[in-house]
Amino acid sequence: MTTPLLSAREIDVTFGTTRPGDMPWTAPRKLRAVSGVSFDLAAGKTLGVVGESGCGKSTLARALIRMVPASGQVLWQGDTDLLSLSPAAMQRYRSEIQMIFQDPLASLNPRMTLGEIIAEPLRTHRRDLSRADIRDRVRRMMDRVGLLPQMINRYPHEFSGGQCQRIGIARALIVEPRLLICDEPVSALDVSIQAQVIELLQELQRDLNLAILFIAHDLSVVRHISDEVMVLYLGRVMEAAPAERLYAAPRHPYTQALLSAVPVPDPAVERDKRIIPLTGDLPSPMAPPSGCVFRTRCPRAEAACAAEVPAPGPGPHRCACLFPGTITADEVA
Amino acid sequence: MVHDTQRMQSLAERMAEDEVAGRSLWADARRRFFSNKAAVIGLALLAFVAAFALFGGQFAQWSNEELDYNVMGVVAQEGGPSLANGHYFGVDELGRDLFARTVQGTQVSLLVGLVGALVAVVVGTIYGATAGYVGGRVDAAMMRAVDVLMAIPYMFVLILILVMYGRSMIALFVGLGLISWLEMSRIVRGQTLSLKNREFIEAARATGVSGVTIIRRHIVPNLLGVIAVYATLLVPLMILTESFISFLGLGVQEPLTSLGALISQGASTMAYGTIWQLAFPLLFFCLTLFGFFFVGDGLRDALDPKDR
Ligand SMILES: Nc1ncnc2c1ncn2[C@@H]1O[C@H](COP(=O)(O)OP(=O)(O)OP(=O)(O)O)[C@@H](O)[C@H]1O
Ligand code: SF4
Ligand SMILES: [Mg+2]
Repeated sequence: MTTPLLSAREIDVTFGTTRPGDMPWTAPRKLRAVSGVSFDLAAGKTLGVVGESGCGKSTLARALIRMVPASGQVLWQGDTDLLSLSPAAMQRYRSEIQMIFQDPLASLNPRMTLGEIIAEPLRTHRRDLSRADIRDRVRRMMDRVGLLPQMINRYPHEFSGGQCQRIGIARALIVEPRLLICDEPVSALDVSIQAQVIELLQELQRDLNLAILFIAHDLSVVRHISDEVMVLYLGRVMEAAPAERLYAAPRHPYTQALLSAVPVPDPAVERDKRIIPLTGDLPSPMAPPSGCVFRTRCPRAEAACAAEVPAPGPGPHRCACLFPGTITADEVA
Repeated sequence: MVHDTQRMQSLAERMAEDEVAGRSLWADARRRFFSNKAAVIGLALLAFVAAFALFGGQFAQWSNEELDYNVMGVVAQEGGPSLANGHYFGVDELGRDLFARTVQGTQVSLLVGLVGALVAVVVGTIYGATAGYVGGRVDAAMMRAVDVLMAIPYMFVLILILVMYGRSMIALFVGLGLISWLEMSRIVRGQTLSLKNREFIEAARATGVSGVTIIRRHIVPNLLGVIAVYATLLVPLMILTESFISFLGLGVQEPLTSLGALISQGASTMAYGTIWQLAFPLLFFCLTLFGFFFVGDGLRDALDPKDR
């Protein structure tokens, strides 16, 4: 087996949070936003990361590129641990790994022209290039992502959300990265535009052999783009499996509940679909439940679930549940 | 065929040259500013005052130091504004030409205001943006220092400086500069904090742009609006402060003068019927302040269209 481009091992991110009104000497309260997350991502492949709002998806992404302090290992091509590099040594990998963001307009500086925005990573990493070279590359990249090169002097607010996301993609790809982290890149876009942007990403992925970490908050968005899907809940991996397997035979009750809420285009299937309701609220990440963090909302929970933390286990199909399996009749509403 | 390819190429080049100029946020703001009547009037006032300060001296028939012996002693009767003897604004109590003196006073007042605002802009922006961007303990320490400095009654310090180091322009600039940047640094820091969490800053950090470059390329340009507004409103405040000091008799020293000093003198001789000695400096003082306030308000509205 070839070495994966990126392997994350036991990533942990803990924030110390203070509330307004806390005294300076009060110990900050610990918020474990990501806990023990591991995955492998090979060149040219896509890993979908799915979970409800606040489950730590963005934090995981930011941990990988050291935007938040994290523990664990992030291995680049199996040998370099990004988390233990000096900031200067990390700089090289900041062009290998690029990111696109959820809010297309907010991720572009309103005072800069398109040309300046897209050129920024080049100006940071390729000091050897002349101005003309940079401009030339920017034009070509704009053309590549479906933006008219004449628009190079325009400002972000003159563009629609979908176009802004194309600008974001152009900016990310101009330094020819090998890994693209997409943090909910289409959540803020209209459905019709979503499809276009995803298609563009897939096309670019094929051409550039890009690895993509694709974050979304529901399973339907990542379905077609992902080779593998990882489901997070309160910062922990619930289930991770190759996409077909996860959608066809989910084993974790949380995945099953999420999937049952996804509309299916086939009316016959939709009619027979068994909906598993997710009862109760998301627990506070400050005080996660003991044992299995999902137990407060799990239809299958038993006493053992409060005592023992289920391990996701090895293998291509990981599932952090003491009682994995298919949906049973009494779980269906 | 060759011909065709060439033509296609030149067409392509021409198309590439034909880039659409973008409509920057500045251009939008400029349009809004010029459609605001008060702002345009303010700008016209400022242009008039500036022209008066810069070129007024060339129209003066008298220098600001000469004493006109013809009117000395009979200032109240003979020293009023007159075209005949060249004292357009009359003379002051010593018989000096008030027109020339007002030109000089306007120059000094504008200079004081602009220098004060400039110090505020440069020091306050760098200080505030650094504190806000770096955050954490550095921010806390830097801003506590500002709090402490602000707690000191600045008028008191200013007067102390002027008394201790003599009433020179330099001492005045130093004194005003010391206090003017404090408020600015707070405003800039607050804005920086809210900018810092915007996604475009995160995007820049993610690709490895250095902190200094982020402040220079992403933070400061987005602060310029606030800075411009605050600076325009700061100029009249500086002028007012200087005038107050002058009114106390501590401002710039003769033979230099400022609008505040002229007003002070004019007010003290008002009882002798030489009302023009108060009226002309006061007129220019008001024009200047109105101008800056109108322009400042106009800038604020133009740069922050959310209000409407
Ligand atoms: N800088 C921070 N300091 C303290 N807590 C944080 C910080 N960033 C994130 N958190 C907390 O960490 C948890 C995970 O946040 P994160 O932004 O990663 O969620 P997310 O899955 O990306 O959610 P969304 O779908 O809303 O983007 C949340 O509870 C959030 O409040
Ligand atoms: S471990 Fe228990 S509570 Fe957790 S998902 Fe499995 S059955 Fe539910
Ligand atoms: Mg997020």
